[in-house]
Parts: sequence; structure tokens; C-alpha cells
Amino acid sequence: MSAGALKVIGEPRRRVDGRAKVTGQTRFADDITFPRMLHCKLLRSAIPHARIVSIDTTKAEALDGVHAVLTGDAFPIAYGVLPVSHDEHALCRDKVRFVGDPVAAVIAVDEATAADATRLIHVEYEPLRTFAGPDDSLAHPEPRIHDYGDEGNIHKLVSLQFGDIDAALAASDHVFDDVFFFEGSTHLPIEQHAAVGLKDPDGKLVVYSSTQTPHYVHRALAKSLAMPAAHIRVIATPNGGGFGGKSDPFNHEIVVAKAALLLDRPVKICLTREEVFYCHRGRHPVLMRFRTGVRKDGTLTGVDLQTLLDGGAYGSYGVASTFYTGALQTVTYDIPRYRFRGCRVFTNKPPCGPKRGHGTPQARFGQEVQLDKIAERLDVDPAEFRLRIVAPPDSLTANFLHIGTIALADCIRSVVRHSDWKNTFRKLPHGRGVGLACSSYLSGAGLPINWNDLPHSGVQLKLDRSGGVTAFSGATEIGQGSDDVLVACVAEVLGIDPFDVRAVTGDTDLTPVDLGSYSSRVTLMMGNAAVQAAERARELLADAVSKRLGVPKGRLTFAERRVFDAANPGTGVSFQEAVCMAEAQFGTLGTTGSYTPPKSAAQFKGGGVGPSPTYSYTAAVVEVEVDPETGWILVPRVWIAHDIGRGLNPTLVRGQVEGSVYMGLGEALMEEQVFRRLPARLSNALVHKFPSILEYKSPTTLDMPEIFTDLIEHPDAAGPFGAKEVGQGPLLPIMPAVASAVYDAVGVRIDEVPITPQKIVKALQAKAAGRDARYGPASFPEIRWPEPLLVTPPWEGGDGRASNEPARKKRKAEAGVEATAGVRA
Amino acid sequence: MPEVVEPGVKVRLSLTVNGEPVETLVDGYKTLLEVLREDLQLTGTKHGCELGECGACAVLVDGEPTLSCLLLGLECEGRDVVTVEGLTSDGRLHPLQDAFADLGAAQCGYCTPGILVTAKALLDREPHPTREHIREALSGNLCRCTGYLQIIEAVEAAAALTPDDGAKGTAR
Repeated sequence: MSAGALKVIGEPRRRVDGRAKVTGQTRFADDITFPRMLHCKLLRSAIPHARIVSIDTTKAEALDGVHAVLTGDAFPIAYGVLPVSHDEHALCRDKVRFVGDPVAAVIAVDEATAADATRLIHVEYEPLRTFAGPDDSLAHPEPRIHDYGDEGNIHKLVSLQFGDIDAALAASDHVFDDVFFFEGSTHLPIEQHAAVGLKDPDGKLVVYSSTQTPHYVHRALAKSLAMPAAHIRVIATPNGGGFGGKSDPFNHEIVVAKAALLLDRPVKICLTREEVFYCHRGRHPVLMRFRTGVRKDGTLTGVDLQTLLDGGAYGSYGVASTFYTGALQTVTYDIPRYRFRGCRVFTNKPPCGPKRGHGTPQARFGQEVQLDKIAERLDVDPAEFRLRIVAPPDSLTANFLHIGTIALADCIRSVVRHSDWKNTFRKLPHGRGVGLACSSYLSGAGLPINWNDLPHSGVQLKLDRSGGVTAFSGATEIGQGSDDVLVACVAEVLGIDPFDVRAVTGDTDLTPVDLGSYSSRVTLMMGNAAVQAAERARELLADAVSKRLGVPKGRLTFAERRVFDAANPGTGVSFQEAVCMAEAQFGTLGTTGSYTPPKSAAQFKGGGVGPSPTYSYTAAVVEVEVDPETGWILVPRVWIAHDIGRGLNPTLVRGQVEGSVYMGLGEALMEEQVFRRLPARLSNALVHKFPSILEYKSPTTLDMPEIFTDLIEHPDAAGPFGAKEVGQGPLLPIMPAVASAVYDAVGVRIDEVPITPQKIVKALQAKAAGRDARYGPASFPEIRWPEPLLVTPPWEGGDGRASNEPARKKRKAEAGVEATAGVRA
Repeated sequence: MPEVVEPGVKVRLSLTVNGEPVETLVDGYKTLLEVLREDLQLTGTKHGCELGECGACAVLVDGEPTLSCLLLGLECEGRDVVTVEGLTSDGRLHPLQDAFADLGAAQCGYCTPGILVTAKALLDREPHPTREHIREALSGNLCRCTGYLQIIEAVEAAAALTPDDGAKGTAR
């Protein structure tokens, strides 16, 4: 299909769910009520790490209006999102692992009664050593926070080597060795998580939830409640913001499901804002060390990266997050040899997980800031420097990731031109500066979380004599516009208006499986499935119309709600007539489409994290104004260019880019999920420093810069109509671009985020005192890394396997496992 | 407003909601937010913190943007409340609603009701505000999706359609 023929795709349009959102009619999870509905509150631990000695619920149970009190005894089966980290129980059984870990649940006639009853529950704890950060966890293997993991309180150790990196660094003209720190931050969706559990009239379980991943909630409910998955229906309500924070199956979802089954009444929970901070699953704090070899001509010889992740109290997506800190460095720039070693530790804090960019923004920050330092040392412009090392298109990287199209060079040239970079970089007056950075991101993870051979996304279409089309997809609307992508793809192929297509999404009873709204996968995967389903429907219609009109099928065009002869446009039928003809010929009409990513070339253990059908690319220039006295920092302008492949609805694409810039600026300048000790006279407990929106600072309208967005469109064959992702990638260059802009403005390096006035002042004071003009971590700790898996890069003859990997058992096809997941305890 | 409200005793509340008189019995401790959402089933008004921090629960009380989570229902006796459900008239969207839907100003849509009523109060007061005034007026409404720019542009677009004497709930 040629670009010129597109009618819906590429046009700025009101999104299909736009009217519902501006009239307040979008039904979020907490908007749902049922007759006889009860309310649930959780009692959460006020102690960071302790053994539970006993729980006395008698007083709570005796309170008027209380219908049930549940403890960990009701939840013997563990669950978790990754198969390797089923380490959560809906309510803690033997231990609590952070302040906020739920130990009991009260179900009562209203929220106030339930909250009163939680205060009548007495829990006796035996406190254990608190692990406040990675230093504690590395130094003390005992007591273990979990009884699994690679060793002591180390959850995961990763060690991968692609070519002889030591030889490459030794042969380099320069080796740059830098340590960076990226503070944790949280998603802060404005909608607090909520869920409603109930029995349907047949006695089956229904759970409504503000989740990005109804399929994983479905699996977790089946496992933890030991019920057949086929008897559970999960309905993902539209999310009031997700950003990764609603991607895990959550304890509160399982609790209200269990309570509804026990009481045979609908049970709702809506978390308080404080509790949302405890759910977290946000950005891991990451300490990292980059050693990068460079030749005189500015090309790279290799990168040796170490990362240390503070994982918090549970596994969550953490194993994947760990791999992601080291996965995508090679996708952006040409890196001939590469070593990545990553370590995730458990600590007694809310669990970290996937936040927009999932594990990659931290290392992207370090890599881009280091490139800025390298360019300065080599006395080359940072934009020119990057243009020389951009990774080649249609190629394999050192770690066997396949790059499709890459328009990064165009992105760099765009922001250089639009920002007048050549006349501003190193040329602005003291106190003003510009910085440039780049990034890349997945258009969907190439491998599923639960390894199997099943499609990652399915779409079903129903067409009937009304002329209406209904599109069914398990994808979840989290604000990003997935419903709009679904109907746009279908409408484009069938030549009808998006408003003619009804989207039914995110309902495990009604819709085929889609793995969820995470990893920037929905546009590409659901979009491809939708196109396939629509093309199959078009084929049926074309067959019937061709027979009826005597026009060869190949000449039929679908456009303007008509099916007509391209050679003679007057000859044709309405779309509705075409559907009737096909229904008469074939019977009731329904088609399906599905999408499974191509096989990855990375065959080594750990190679499952990083592959994607294609990658998006972004370049950004950020301008800052820094007060050299106070360190106060303002961002007046951002220029950003994004390699989108093709923008399906440019209005929404721009919204994703600008929203990413916004969230990136929040992380760059102010957002911190940090902790403190309560005074000794209280409990000395490690608690969240400020679990409130007022104190957790995020940007407002007054903080936002002007943003100049340029969408670079080079359609990629892997995506629907050539589209790549846009929801996450554009966040990544913002933090390093701010850091480099601060350096351009006042000559100090802030090698960590957030970049605050205090840190700038400290660096300026160090500079004035003749010390290193820098603020950031001093060193990376010694970690006993395991021997790396040795994988030879493709250009040195490698085949994607590790030469020293013990033979792995051939993976069972997990199709059967997936189908029976519900009955496995 | 009664001086003392006994726990567990419902209190009669009369007010105007979206132009219609409403009489209801409410728990004295309930906020206006809870009265709207739970007693009147007007769930278009959202909550993000219930502590006056995020702006999601904003409604108009006697024409002024007000955080409904910080006001008791009983404090609204005899007052005029407008929620997002009251922005449409004669079956048509308010120009702000059209502009928000068309220009990408609502992504997840959760902060949207609070922003819409806050923007309506601004346009009612100042039909053609400067960009700075729009930013100031909306600075108490947090949005995590959009980065605010498409919101500001949508308010400007709606203002461009507004006659000089103000929007006043008129619809195109």
C-alpha cells in the first residue's frame, strides 16, 4: 500500500475515545459500583524487615460492619510477574520486607469502617536487620530478605562478554572511566490503583482493575487462588495513567478476588495515594561504571559496563530490569566489543520494576554524558561525534540484536538545525547552555515473559449486515491511545471511518490475548494483528463483490465506505452492501489476526532481553539557564526529533513525545523516590521520605519548556504501516541532555540525577576550590562477578551462542503450560 | 450548615448541581467529592490524593474552581456546583471539550475533568487569556501524560472560538 493511498493513517484525528474522556464518561476502576458492594482496606507493615510472630484479628472481626478479616493464611500460593521471581503472597505470611508490605485485609460495609478495623489488628513482629541500600546488601548476606536469588541478598548477577573487551580497551588511544548514579523515581499516575472483585451470576470470578496487563493478572489469580483460568474474567478498566506502575499483578487485586469469592459479594479496594507510593515498581536506583575505549578518529573500540541496581523488597520485573540496564547500548552506536555485568540486590524498600524506559534510562544517562565528555576531550562537536558512530541499519549488534531502520542521524541533524546548535553550543553566555543526547528503545519485547510459542497479540473482527465492524483485542488503554491504533488500522484497511469501528479491549472473557501495555509493544504488535485480521476480512468482501460485480478482485478498492472498481469508480457498492454480499456467500463473518515477533539471533542465556522487532531512535537538545550563585536551573526550550517510522495519528504521537519530555524533565530535575530513618525515639524504621504528591515534586504547567517536536518518518517494514514505538524512547535523551547543558552553562559535571541546585552549587564550590568540577559518585564497589558468558560478535564469526555456556536443556514448548497455568498450584 | 453533626446521622443537603436542584441525605463527614461520586453517582469528578495536592477533583462552586476533596458536602448548602457532567448543553460539547478531544489534551483522561472546569472558570472570567494566564490558572492541576502543552493549546483554541463576553456555558 503506497503512502499516498492512506486515508486514516497519518492524519491528525480526534481519538476514538476522546469524547468519553472529555465528558467524564470514561469508567475508571473506582467509578465502578455494584449493589451490596463491600470495601477493603489493607493493614500494612510499619516495620521494614521483620518476622511475623503472631496476628490477632479478634477485635477487628468483632467491629460492627466488618464482614471478614484476611491474613496470609488465606494465601498460601506465591505469585509474581516473572516465572523466575514468584516471591509475593497477597498478604505476608512469615515476614514483612518493607514499610508498606500488606499483612492483613479488612472487608467491611464502608471504607471508614474497614480502616477503623485495621487499627484493631495486633501484629507481633520480631525485627530483623534493615537493608537500606546496596552497600548493606552486598556486605551482609544474612539474614536473607528472600530465600532465593544468586547469593545472600543479591537477587541477580549477570555477566556477558561479546568479544575480547580487555584487548580492545588496551589497544585504544583513550579509555574513559566514569561512574554515574541515577536515583529512583516513581510513576505517580494521577489515578490511584483500584480493583473490584465479584462473582458473576454463574459463580465465576470477575475482577475489574486499573491494570496495564490483564493477561498477567489473569495468570496470577489462577495460580494464587488455585482456580482454572477459564473460570476467571479480568477486565482492565482504562488506566488513569500507567507508565509501568500498573504492570505487575498486585496483592490488592488478589485480595479483593479472594474476598469476593468467600463472601459472594462485590468487594472494592481503592488505594490511598500513600499506598500508591508503596506499590511503586518504579525506576531502580542504579550505580554504574562505564569504561569506553576510543580511537583518535573518534570511533569506539568497546564498552565495559557494570551496573548495580537497588531492587527493593521483591523480584517484580527486576531480572529483566537488570538485563535492560545493559541491553540497548549497542543498538544506538557502533560498539565492536562489549561487556556487561549487572547486579540487582534486595533491600527493605518498596519493590522497583518497570518505569517508562524500563532499566534503560539509567545506563543511557551514563553513556550519553560520557560521550559528551569524550567529545570534549577529542575536541569534536558532540553532534558530529555521534554522527560518526551511529549504528548501521539492517545489521546485527555485538550482542546479536537486529537493527531494522535507523533514522538516528536524521534525528541528530534535525535537532542541530532547529536549535541552531552550531551557534549556541559553547557560544552562549555564562549561565546558559545547551546539551545534546540520543537514545533508542524497543518497539515491543521480542520474547514473551512466559516463554512459549504463542502469539503476543491477537485481534478478532466481527462484521455484520449493519455495516458495523467490531474489533476485539486484549490490549489495554492506558491513555496512550491503543484503542485508537486498533480502530485506525482496521478502518484504513477496510476503507471506512474509524468511528465505524467499535473497539472492545482488555477483557479476558471477550478479547483474544494481548500481553499488555508495556515495553512499547502495542502499536507494533496489536497493530500488525489488526492489519492481518482486517486484510482477511477485506479478502472475503472482495471475493463476494468481485463475483457479484464481475470485477477482478485485484481491481477492487476499499475507500470512502465503498468497495469499487479502481478502473471505473462508478462501479461499486457501499461497504455495508459488500458486507451483506460476503455474509450471504460465506455465512457469519469473523476474522482473526495475530502477531508473533521474529526469532532472535541471540541464542545465549540472557539473550532474551533486548531483542525487538525494530527500535525507535530519538535525539534531543535541551537548553538550560543556571544561576551560578544559587544553582537554580530553568529549562526554557527543548528540541526533540523522533524516528517514529510512521505516525499513525500525529496528534497522539506528538502527545507521547511531549509527555516523555515532561517525565524526563521530572526525573532530570526533581523526582526522587527516596527514604529516611525515623528518629530513634520513634522506631528508627526506614520509611519513604515523602509518600505524598505535595512533597514528591513533579513538574507543573509553570515548569514546562517550549518543546519543538520533529517526527522523522522512514516507514519500517516490521511495523503496521511502518510505525515504530513512541511512548518511551523520547524520555531517554532528556536527562543526559540536561546534564550536558548544565556543563555547557556553568562548567560543572553533575554525574547523577536528579540534577538539583544543591548539587550544582557543590560542584561549583569544588571547582572554585580547584578540585574536580563535578558532583557524583566516587567509585563503583567491588563485586564478585561470575565468569562471563563468552559470545563472539557476528563480525568475528560468532553464531549468537556462548562458547562457555553449559548445555542447556532444550526448552519445553510452554504452550501446554500456558493453557494449564490455572490448575497448577 | 448545622453546628454539630452526630456520627451516623444523615443530614439533609440542598444545592444546585449542574443547573438542577438536588436534595439529598448525606453523612456529615463526607466531602463534596464523596457526595458527588458516591451519593449522586457523578463519577466524572476524579480523585488523585484526597489531600488537595493534585487538582483532579476540581469542580466549580459558585463559579470558582474548588478542590472538592477539601470541602465538606454540608458546606455546599444552597450553593451552585458545576462538574464535568455539566459542561455539555443542548446535547453539544462545550468548546473546551471539543478542543481537548481534537487536540490531544486528554490522554488517559483522568485529570481532564478537573482541568476542564478550571479552564472554563478562566474563560468565563477572561475570554481571551494570555498563555501565561492559562499556565497560571492550570498550575494546580497535575497531569502526568501530556506534558501540558496540548492542554494549553486546546484552551487557546477554545478561547479563539469564544465571543468576547465569555463562554458562559454556551456551546457551538
